[in-house]
Amino acid sequence: MEIYATLIAITESGLRLSVPLIFACLAGLWSERSGVVDIGLEGKMLAAAFAAAAAASATNSAVIGLAAGIIASVGFALIHGFAAISQRGNQIVSGVAINMLAAGLTALVGNAWYAQGGRTPPLEGDARFQPLTWPGTESIDQIPVIGPLYAHILSGHSALAYCALIATILSGFVLARTRFGLRLRAVGENPAAVDTAGVSVTKLRYAAVIIAGVLCGFGGAYLSLGQAAGFLTNMTAGKGFIALAALIFAKWRAWPAFWTCLLFGLLDAVAIRLQGVVVPGIGQIPVQAIQALPYLMTVVLLAGFIGKAIPPKASGLPYVKER
Amino acid sequence: MPGIRPEVAGQAPAISLSGIDKRFGEVRANKDVNLTVARGSVHGIVGENGAGKSTLMSILYGFYEADRGEIRINGNLVRIRSPKEAIANGIGMVHQHFMLVEPLSVIDNVMLGAEGGAMLAKGEAKMRAALAKLSADYGLAIDPDAIVGELPVGLQQRVEILKALVRGAEILILDEPTAVLTPDEAEQLFALLHALASQGKTIVLITHKLHEIMAVTDHVSVMRRGEMVATLETAATSPAELADRMVGRHVLLDVSKGTAHPGAVRLTVENLVIRDAHGSLKVKNINFSLRAGEILGLAGVAGNGQSELLEALAGIIQPTLGRILLDGDDLALTAPTPADRRTHGVLHIPEDRQRMGLVSAFSAAESMILGFQSEVGFGSGPMLSTEAVRAHTETQMEAYDIRPRDPSLKTSKFSGGNQQKIVLAREIEHHPKVLLVGQPTRGVDVGAIEFIHKRLIALRDAGVAILLVSVELDEIMSLSDRIIVMCGGVITGERTPETTNDRDLGLLMAGVTERAA
Amino acid sequence: MSAPIELPKWADVSLVPVLAVIVAFLVAGLVVLGIGESPVRASILLVQGALGSGEGIGYTLYYATNFIFTGLAVAVAFHAGLFNIGGEGQATMGGLGAALICLKLDFLPWWIVLPLAIMGAMAFGAVWAFIPGWLQVKRGSHVVITTIMFNFLAATLVVYLLVNVIGKPGSMSPETRVFEASAHLPYLHEALAAFGITIPQSPLNLSFVIALVASFLVWLLIWHTKLGYAIRTVGHSPSAATYAGISIGKITMITMAISGALAGLLAVNEILGVQGRLLLEFSSGYGFIGIAVALMGRAHPLGIILAAILFGMLYQGGTELSFEMPRVTRDMIVAISGLVILFAGALDGLIRRPMAGAFARLLKSEG
Repeated sequence: MEIYATLIAITESGLRLSVPLIFACLAGLWSERSGVVDIGLEGKMLAAAFAAAAAASATNSAVIGLAAGIIASVGFALIHGFAAISQRGNQIVSGVAINMLAAGLTALVGNAWYAQGGRTPPLEGDARFQPLTWPGTESIDQIPVIGPLYAHILSGHSALAYCALIATILSGFVLARTRFGLRLRAVGENPAAVDTAGVSVTKLRYAAVIIAGVLCGFGGAYLSLGQAAGFLTNMTAGKGFIALAALIFAKWRAWPAFWTCLLFGLLDAVAIRLQGVVVPGIGQIPVQAIQALPYLMTVVLLAGFIGKAIPPKASGLPYVKER
Repeated sequence: MPGIRPEVAGQAPAISLSGIDKRFGEVRANKDVNLTVARGSVHGIVGENGAGKSTLMSILYGFYEADRGEIRINGNLVRIRSPKEAIANGIGMVHQHFMLVEPLSVIDNVMLGAEGGAMLAKGEAKMRAALAKLSADYGLAIDPDAIVGELPVGLQQRVEILKALVRGAEILILDEPTAVLTPDEAEQLFALLHALASQGKTIVLITHKLHEIMAVTDHVSVMRRGEMVATLETAATSPAELADRMVGRHVLLDVSKGTAHPGAVRLTVENLVIRDAHGSLKVKNINFSLRAGEILGLAGVAGNGQSELLEALAGIIQPTLGRILLDGDDLALTAPTPADRRTHGVLHIPEDRQRMGLVSAFSAAESMILGFQSEVGFGSGPMLSTEAVRAHTETQMEAYDIRPRDPSLKTSKFSGGNQQKIVLAREIEHHPKVLLVGQPTRGVDVGAIEFIHKRLIALRDAGVAILLVSVELDEIMSLSDRIIVMCGGVITGERTPETTNDRDLGLLMAGVTERAA
Repeated sequence: MSAPIELPKWADVSLVPVLAVIVAFLVAGLVVLGIGESPVRASILLVQGALGSGEGIGYTLYYATNFIFTGLAVAVAFHAGLFNIGGEGQATMGGLGAALICLKLDFLPWWIVLPLAIMGAMAFGAVWAFIPGWLQVKRGSHVVITTIMFNFLAATLVVYLLVNVIGKPGSMSPETRVFEASAHLPYLHEALAAFGITIPQSPLNLSFVIALVASFLVWLLIWHTKLGYAIRTVGHSPSAATYAGISIGKITMITMAISGALAGLLAVNEILGVQGRLLLEFSSGYGFIGIAVALMGRAHPLGIILAAILFGMLYQGGTELSFEMPRVTRDMIVAISGLVILFAGALDGLIRRPMAGAFARLLKSEG
């Protein structure tokens, strides 16, 4: 029973940790499926986290915070989009620049406004997305085995966390079943085919980039308004890159991305939990080994040892009309 | 054999182009072109590479707008500024390089751009019904859920045709459609085109293969050097006449050649088969030999396997089957890589000098050592002596009259002719036994052409075995001691300049061999 | 990169980076204004902090040393058409390599330990970059993604080793014991004192000289060796490289190894020169700024040295500035670096296109 309770606790924690990953991963998915490489997920999330915390702090409203986060993230996304699509510049360089710009600006402005070493003041009450408890949780929790599943796994997450699930459902659906989704999938593989069909490659790619910005906005807002109670410098701590790893591992598809992010979130939770714990038969598992797992798995996948990871064909290539 | 379809009296032609003119920079790709295509007919357009056929059709499909001229569809004056407008006017195009999204299914590809609504489900049901109907009407069976990338090329082309038909194309343009098809698939395509025409669709077929023209079309228009030269009834003409008009009368460049004295056989090509990166057969079992002290001209329209042949001979790609022998040794064993071939004396002037033969961003001096950069003369051990390279380049520039005489000038700043002379100087100075030459005078001014031709003759006289690949018939005729012609990956004939003429070669280039003519 | 826009070579090499920096500064100035400080005063404080004192100059050059190493690393890879974002990870591994040598062998005299430690740093950095290069050539995995992953892998590996294997027991933060004096690269002020020359104290050490030597050697390699010729050919035109008999795979792997070795040398500055022990996060930030330096310096060692000094000025001046103006912290420098990367890299078309147009008009009016 102890073990079961521990498993529940780890799973619950893992779910929470996976939310920003899911958002960032979906953001990367939208962008890359349209042919625009985006390694600036980290920077966009960070900018969103800061903007969300700052706005929530000023207005004491989490929703306004979320809106601010989205606007900040979309702003950076448009810079990347402009560089990649209209200027046909190097998309990797642009992504690196976005990350650095966001890291520098958030810490700088954060410190200037709040003078607390880059943090925003702690948020409470309506300024945060509080956990939502589903009806009857307390009583259901008493039911053996199934109870905690309802009480801790299903219920008790903040609104944004449930949004992550909705975002996954929407992404999968839109990509597979709508006109926009079809065109977007096509433009990432063969933009010339889309162009000759009379559809604007530029508009599609900008749309994708903006969607990526919105999703990163959600992810960043979750970090500062849902998971923590305010912004801390560099609070994304590499999550944007783990999301990138998850995207590649999921081979650029929505539901595999969701599950991969859950897996990586779980690994994170396990790593935290196992710190200092002696596992019978193996001894103490170094927490760093578990922390390294997502990156290691991605490298192994990229090396083709567990199947091939083939990105969208036009990924990273600026579209130039060739006649 | 197609007859002339009875035209409804007074019916306006499906397409009427008048006075179409189009320039790209210095080049006038279409010169005052007129074209009339009757409704419900299959109309061929023939011409060599660069004749202007693709440009004309691109204008019709809205990729470009003409500088001058009018387009009338079914008698109505229209302006076509984009593929979307072309499609709206009932024009569909099947490109030579398919515009397909390979990981998607057939139905997804067909729907792209014509989805019929924001949600796919409704439009998809309609599309499936439309595809089924087309399949019944024309025998265009295809599995809508098949993944396009996994289909054979013939079926991929069918998807392209379906795309056009499903959008209501009444006029269908096909650009070199049989370039990628097997003979069987080509037959199926011709049957389909007949069926479409008999249902009132208008077909325009761009090709350089004369037997296709004779087999499928009602009328044929010939283009040459940007001009529309003739429009004929297919039944009233012959491949010979068409070849005549395609190729025209060229002025032979007067190069005093002298007789060749061929020596031993240097290079032997045995049963060579080459597939490209996609697995398509490009060279289909060819055999020939090349002697020291002779120039063997390889004529043919671009894209018929010559490029792959050159690259295989140079060691850049490996043949699928067959052997290449140098003085009796199998090069695949003794010299598999380009570097090895160089040391064995097989040197290469590539067809695409800017992409392969030179590095545009390098200085002339750096381009001058491309391929030979590890030579001792250019530096001891790992070092590269910029001084030695520069001095070497200066000497070469003198000897080959390369202007301007500045070894540090960026290669891209030199004119086409001077760039080619850099390549020439480089390869010749390393004493080739066998010299592979691809399109040596493409984009080169007349003075440089003469220079290059003279040099090649001089090399021949010095005993070098030269394979000259060129799309320019006058170049082939004036330089070669022997001529072979490739079409569709096979050698369609062998001649000497004395026993042939432009029309004869034109027929061979167009795939009309002795048997078929 | 994007389609080439024709500019005279001197303009491409000097005007474009300068304009990129100016634009970056203008944008940064707006931000400074936005947080309620004077950009002009900030700039003055910055320059004063960086160059206004001997100590300041020393610090500037000490930071510049790191940027030279990472800038060279990125530049060498650029010449082969590769994007090495793994400078931080390679530098971290370089630190590990140097530390392992020092921990085992620092009882030996300096003229044995130091060269070995330097070689250890280079070797470990080289291997850490070689593996992604090998993966790209043999397995098709893109070097950009793998080097990012390898950055994180290096960080976790070193944390693990410091916590569990080679760390000093009982220390507050994960780090090794301090190396013996023989494993210390002398400070420049110490070295010059031996000749009777006094300069103010600063962390500037002999690795600065190593950086300059490395710059010269990279210049020699890229433009005066056969290998360098092969590297540049692969970078400019893979089809010409194949035609010329150059193995693109071999060049990719060799170039990545050289690039990693250069990044590894950063550890020589930090670990052997200043810290005297291996600790966490010593390479933090330098790898990415190396990208900015390489872009500004147009991948040429001379440009890189100048750009590195500029960023060194920003780092040192930024630190001094944050004392006088607490609201303008070191993070400003990170933001400026991001802007420089943006304008000298991805958005360089915004600068180059109008410039090319201006040049074209100038030539037309003259011709």
